[in-house]
Amino acid sequence: MQHIHDPALLLARFQFAFTVGVHIIFPAFSIGLAAYLAVLEGLWLRTGQPVFLDLYRYWIKVFSIVFGMGVVSGLVMSYEFGTNWSLFSQKAGPITGVLLSYEVMTAFFLEAGFLGVMLFGMNRVGRGLHFAATCCVSVGTLISMTWILSSNSWMQTPRGYSIDPATGRFMPADWLAIIFNPSFPFRLVHMGLAAFLSVAFVVGATGAWHMLKARRAGKISSEPVRVMFSMAMWMAAVVAPMQILAGDAHGLNTLKYQPAKIAAMEGDWVSEDHAPELLFGIPNMKTEHTDYAVRLPLVGSLILTHSLDGKVPGMKDFPRDQRPPSPVIFFSFRIMVALGVLMMLVGLWSVWLRRNDTLFTNPVFHRVALCMAPAGFLALLCGWVTTEVGRQPWTVYGLLRTSDSVSPVALSSMAFSMTAFVVVYVLVFGSGMGILVRMLGHAPQEGEHDTDPAHAPEILAARVHPAVIDPSTGKGA
Amino acid sequence: MMDFAYWLPIVWAVILVAAISVYVVLDGFDLGIGMLFALERHPGRRDVMVNTIAPVWDGNETWMVLGGAVLYGVFPGAYATLLPAFYLPIVLMLLALIFRGVAFEFRIMTRGTNREGVWNTGFMAGSAIAAFCQGAILGGVVQGIRVVDGAFAGGPLDWLTPFSILCGLSVMCGYALLGATWLIWRTTGVLEASCRRWAARLAVGLFIGIVAVSLWTPLLHAPYLRRWTDWPNIAFVAPVPVLVVVLAALFVMGLRRGHSKGPFLCALGWFFLCLSGLGITVWPYAVPPGLTLWDVSSPPSSQFFQLIGTAILLPIILTYTIYSYHVFRGKVTETDGYH
Repeated sequence: MQHIHDPALLLARFQFAFTVGVHIIFPAFSIGLAAYLAVLEGLWLRTGQPVFLDLYRYWIKVFSIVFGMGVVSGLVMSYEFGTNWSLFSQKAGPITGVLLSYEVMTAFFLEAGFLGVMLFGMNRVGRGLHFAATCCVSVGTLISMTWILSSNSWMQTPRGYSIDPATGRFMPADWLAIIFNPSFPFRLVHMGLAAFLSVAFVVGATGAWHMLKARRAGKISSEPVRVMFSMAMWMAAVVAPMQILAGDAHGLNTLKYQPAKIAAMEGDWVSEDHAPELLFGIPNMKTEHTDYAVRLPLVGSLILTHSLDGKVPGMKDFPRDQRPPSPVIFFSFRIMVALGVLMMLVGLWSVWLRRNDTLFTNPVFHRVALCMAPAGFLALLCGWVTTEVGRQPWTVYGLLRTSDSVSPVALSSMAFSMTAFVVVYVLVFGSGMGILVRMLGHAPQEGEHDTDPAHAPEILAARVHPAVIDPSTGKGA
Repeated sequence: MMDFAYWLPIVWAVILVAAISVYVVLDGFDLGIGMLFALERHPGRRDVMVNTIAPVWDGNETWMVLGGAVLYGVFPGAYATLLPAFYLPIVLMLLALIFRGVAFEFRIMTRGTNREGVWNTGFMAGSAIAAFCQGAILGGVVQGIRVVDGAFAGGPLDWLTPFSILCGLSVMCGYALLGATWLIWRTTGVLEASCRRWAARLAVGLFIGIVAVSLWTPLLHAPYLRRWTDWPNIAFVAPVPVLVVVLAALFVMGLRRGHSKGPFLCALGWFFLCLSGLGITVWPYAVPPGLTLWDVSSPPSSQFFQLIGTAILLPIILTYTIYSYHVFRGKVTETDGYH
């Protein structure tokens, strides 16, 4: 066993956190955006209104970039379990490796197999088939999320296993119990809603930006801009409150199965009924006290147990070497909740404006919506920090310590790769973000340029990938 | 009586080698096309090269994710020893694949700016480094790693030997050949003609690589040599070198007579034979020279559960992968330029 403060272990953890933190943005973006594209194409086929096709064309360019970045950053993850956590893979691979294989076979291939048709195939297959391809990609992103969250949830609330006494390996005993472990349904719903919400706020901010720009130019914003803004704000108004309910349910589940995580999230040291909620404070792991605490009486019990006198756990209930680092997750949890509440308020505000018919004309609201662009993704990252750091000091909760999971890799190798990952990720994904922002800075083109919807596929393909069109026939190469 | 604990790892070893072969073939020509950017400077023809693979590269790379996932789920003992042993080349390969993967889109999106060149170089260099690392890792596995108590116990640069460097260079050459022959099949005109010229030279390079690796490998470990020289093994393995030479003859003929698919199929055949030869040599070790397939495999319940899914899903995956290639079939020409 390596010491918990061993520099190689800390680097392995930091590197994994960094690479997965960058990665998670892209699949979450893909999950939300693929579903949005499927809805847009479905609406276009159903209503025949060109505005939906305009929006499809606009967002599929973004999708192609986001998806590509997701593929390459995800490839890293599928090998990093072995490079950084070989002892974990050796022991838990019979369970988590199998779940990952199912993810690859049911989801990754489905997405990748139909992505080509979705991006470049509109003029090569019929409209119905193309729509089917879009749906396959979207369903693929959802299946993928399901498997990886099942695997992650199993690490949080392991079930359906036995431990081989000779090797210490986890042996699968009941696959249904493994897959549908206690925290899985809650995590799945919470993450799915988070992906939809994150994308809604990016789409909304893009719409807001173009409305502000049109206003400054003294023009009326175009129809696609208004439609995308309106759709995004509906999403925010409906999904943000649902997300808060889902988060609450997830919290109750965590209290039941991982009470130490709840105690650390809340910065509570002593278990008590009638517990207050800490609005602010700085938990100190050494003195076992939360300094500068600002308390709301009784609210802690109310939130966590839904009753005023419910008992909530304190970190002193658990041995020192089984407590997650409270100072990290105390704050990540609060930032996530604050962003969630903000997103809900924006959604409700949009409903109010809609009633007064000022949704498209209120510049203050548009500025707020623009500033909220990263809100969903920030909340999502804070949520992951909370649940993953909150699982510490374990990789498989209560059974396998992080310090017993790390690979025997030299510190020098780990330091080299950490540097290389940071440099490459900043360069590549920084450029990618720059490209995305520039792309979203251009307003969606309207169908007026080519009023015949039958020609739209060629325009789409040309914009995504200029060279696939044969000008003589108008058909793809 | 069926002994699952004995047979399952064998079945999985076959599936894994098949998945790796599919990966090598599919991503091989992708990476090869990236490397051929070094020889083709014309922007229009470069676009044609990229367009032949743009709709399918995601799927091609997924086979590599499958390889990693199967190793992780079915042979966790191999996953947990090989990955730390090849830590540096694997990290390098992943970073290279990131560069080249995003370059597909980024080089279009930055068109006309000074950053476009960065992504063209990234596409080329990323492909070359990824190919070299894959070859070096393969060579490193064949030459073996130091394992104590089921965990890797060597140094970070143990893998870097003249043998693994030779394997890395051979794979670079081989992938470039796959790329060139793929382009012979899928393009026309100047590009096709250049590819025929490049293919001839690359084939010579690969042939030398194959011969050198084949002569060197049996000298690495005594069991490897016995595999190729003892009776009755020799009766099974003798066809491999013979077929390599037959394919070489077919390749030269296809290239001279202007066949479009022939050279690509011959190059595929070479890869298939090389991987089979390596499989025969290393068998039954998963992590040479110490750990066999059975030493590193997960419990039969894991392997069996995964096998059920694979038996159902793999045929479906192959079907829609073939469909996707079918949608984008046919020659991509230079007149498909911009407008």
